Amino acid sequence: MFSRLSDKLQDVFKDLRGHGRISEKNITDALRDVRMALLDADVHFQVAKDFIARVKDKAMGEEVLRSVTPGQQIVKIFHDELTTLLGGDAAPLNLTKPARILVVGLNGAGKTTSSAKLARLLKSQGRAPQLIACDLHRPAAIAQLATLAEQVGVPVYQPQAGETDVLKVGREAVAWCDQTPGDVQIYDTAGRQDLDEPLIEELRRLKEFLQPQEILIVCDAATGQQAVNVAEKFHAALGLTGIILTKLDGDARGGAALSLREVTKQPIKFAGVGEKIEQFEQFYPDRLAGRILGM
Amino acid sequence: VAQYSAGPADWDALEEALLRADLGVSMTTHILEAVRKRGLDVNAQTAAEVCREEILKVLPPAGPPPMPLPDRPSVVLVVGVNGTGKTTSSAKLARWFTSGGFGCLLVAADTFRAAAIEQLEAWGKRLDIEVLKGQYGGDSAALCFDAWNSAHRRKIPYLICDTAGRLHTKSNLMQELSKVKRTIGKHDPTAPRECLLVVDATTGSNAIVQAKEFHEAVGLTGIILTKLDGSGKGGAAVAIQHELGIPTRFIGTGEKPEDFAAFDRDTFVNTIL
Ligand SMILES: Nc1nc2c(ncn2[C@@H]2O[C@H](COP(=O)(O)OP(=O)(O)OP(=O)(O)O)[C@@H](O)[C@H]2O)c(=O)[nH]1
Ligand SMILES: Nc1nc2c(ncn2[C@@H]2O[C@H](COP(=O)(O)OP(=O)(O)OP(=O)(O)O)[C@@H](O)[C@H]2O)c(=O)[nH]1
Ligand SMILES: [K+]
Ligand SMILES: [Mg+2]
Ligand SMILES: [Mg+2]
Repeated sequence: MFSRLSDKLQDVFKDLRGHGRISEKNITDALRDVRMALLDADVHFQVAKDFIARVKDKAMGEEVLRSVTPGQQIVKIFHDELTTLLGGDAAPLNLTKPARILVVGLNGAGKTTSSAKLARLLKSQGRAPQLIACDLHRPAAIAQLATLAEQVGVPVYQPQAGETDVLKVGREAVAWCDQTPGDVQIYDTAGRQDLDEPLIEELRRLKEFLQPQEILIVCDAATGQQAVNVAEKFHAALGLTGIILTKLDGDARGGAALSLREVTKQPIKFAGVGEKIEQFEQFYPDRLAGRILGM
Repeated sequence: VAQYSAGPADWDALEEALLRADLGVSMTTHILEAVRKRGLDVNAQTAAEVCREEILKVLPPAGPPPMPLPDRPSVVLVVGVNGTGKTTSSAKLARWFTSGGFGCLLVAADTFRAAAIEQLEAWGKRLDIEVLKGQYGGDSAALCFDAWNSAHRRKIPYLICDTAGRLHTKSNLMQELSKVKRTIGKHDPTAPRECLLVVDATTGSNAIVQAKEFHEAVGLTGIILTKLDGSGKGGAAVAIQHELGIPTRFIGTGEKPEDFAAFDRDTFVNTIL
């Protein structure tokens, strides 16, 4: 399981067996390789740097230095640190009343799909979710959510065609939710770029009005270095409560998840693992840790 | 003398800038090697400039836009992983052609994703460009085949096929895409004229893997780099050019139809450094 990176590290430590000791320099050299592996996995530049420093601290312990398999030991420290950083046990959603979940993120990240997937998951757990289409921007966004809602078999609030005022939609949706049977409200919002101040502000105002219990950012697992800016911006504007990582069915290494965690300190709650509505699961930190390290 | 007084280049800062722009580890190493090899003419003042020059060496100057063929439609196949901006870019590209005075048909060849057809139809309506569509669950290869006939008969010079998003790791979906290409090729062995991969500028190292796999499946002729209006710089495009020889042809800079332009390497490099 620890093959790729572990091989690399073992190479580095191979020469040393004859000498019976490994030095601080050996570890530094090995960690340089690990840093490259992290950057290769799209872990943010600064996040990787800080992370390496922390691991180095632990790896310098006598136990590791004297061990017969220092490479393996370091990889283990690494894996454990990474898993801790990605979050321990999956955090449950806060569904205290009125149980509003606001789903946000960059364009095309997977918000609409994940909103419907989440509705399906909650329904299967005995809840009665309601979907609310708040994307007034993208062509046919409302139709997309409505189609998925029908597939899942949950009610959906669809604003009038041509409506442009998101706050008004929010108000009307809340009234609709009161009239419609249901106990969790999932609000799908329009995709937006982190640099788009007016759109971020619009989202902030929607949040102020809804006072959602959960604000989940949806992030594509293939996101690169920008993940830090995105997380900073959305977190500062909204106060995120969790992360949904999508498209983990691909082969992206998923290092962006580390950036999201570092910046927001919020848990990754769910993972999207396919286009189909049931391809959505609770998040497992150790699986992603192995993947980031290429193991 | 002036060179020495400027002090040595800050290699760490350069490396950081390139990595932050998502050029990737190996591309960054390659560029920095090239810069280092230039030796004395690199100092603190000139480092970024020299670095820009080295990136420009990788990126070719813009090619001419594809002019219409006299006797048959030029097919543009728009492909990519999920959510990168294929449908939006297909519409923008259609507008690019029609505003250049050429007729264009859009084909809603994503028959899979919820409301994908309605999405392209909405774009067609907005831009006043005809959209050919089939049924959800229908065969997109057959749809593109018919669309070619229609464009040919009506002497419409451009045919843009918006395909479904698919991850490059799904071999059945990639084969389906190859089939779309093969089927269009039955009319005209030189078609499609362009296979454009839509890459989200926010994407990290995976963009290169995406390009590799799509290139293998359909033979890419170019990249459309989208969402450059965000903080993502799209540096992976440099690595894609370097490793696979696939040039970036267009960029997307927003959600409006006019937020679209031919790729300009100088502007691009200036945003990286
Ligand atoms: N393979 C895969 N595809 C996914 C996953 N989640 C979403 N998608 C696909 O990603 C694409 C974009 O998903 P959407 O739900 O439309 O994304 P969005 O964030 O709502 O997009 P905008 O509203 O335009 O910003 C679609 O093709 C989805 O089918 C996933 O976990 N795996
Ligand atoms: N800000 C910005 N958004 C863009 C750009 N290009 C596309 N988008 C947005 O990205 C999201 C996804 O775009 P689509 O065109 O639906 O992407 P797609 O590749 O067709 O998605 P699938 O068919 O689901 O795989 C939408 O919200 C678009 O408005 C761009 O250049 N800038
Ligand atoms: K950008
Ligand atoms: Mg959406
Ligand atoms: Mg599409």
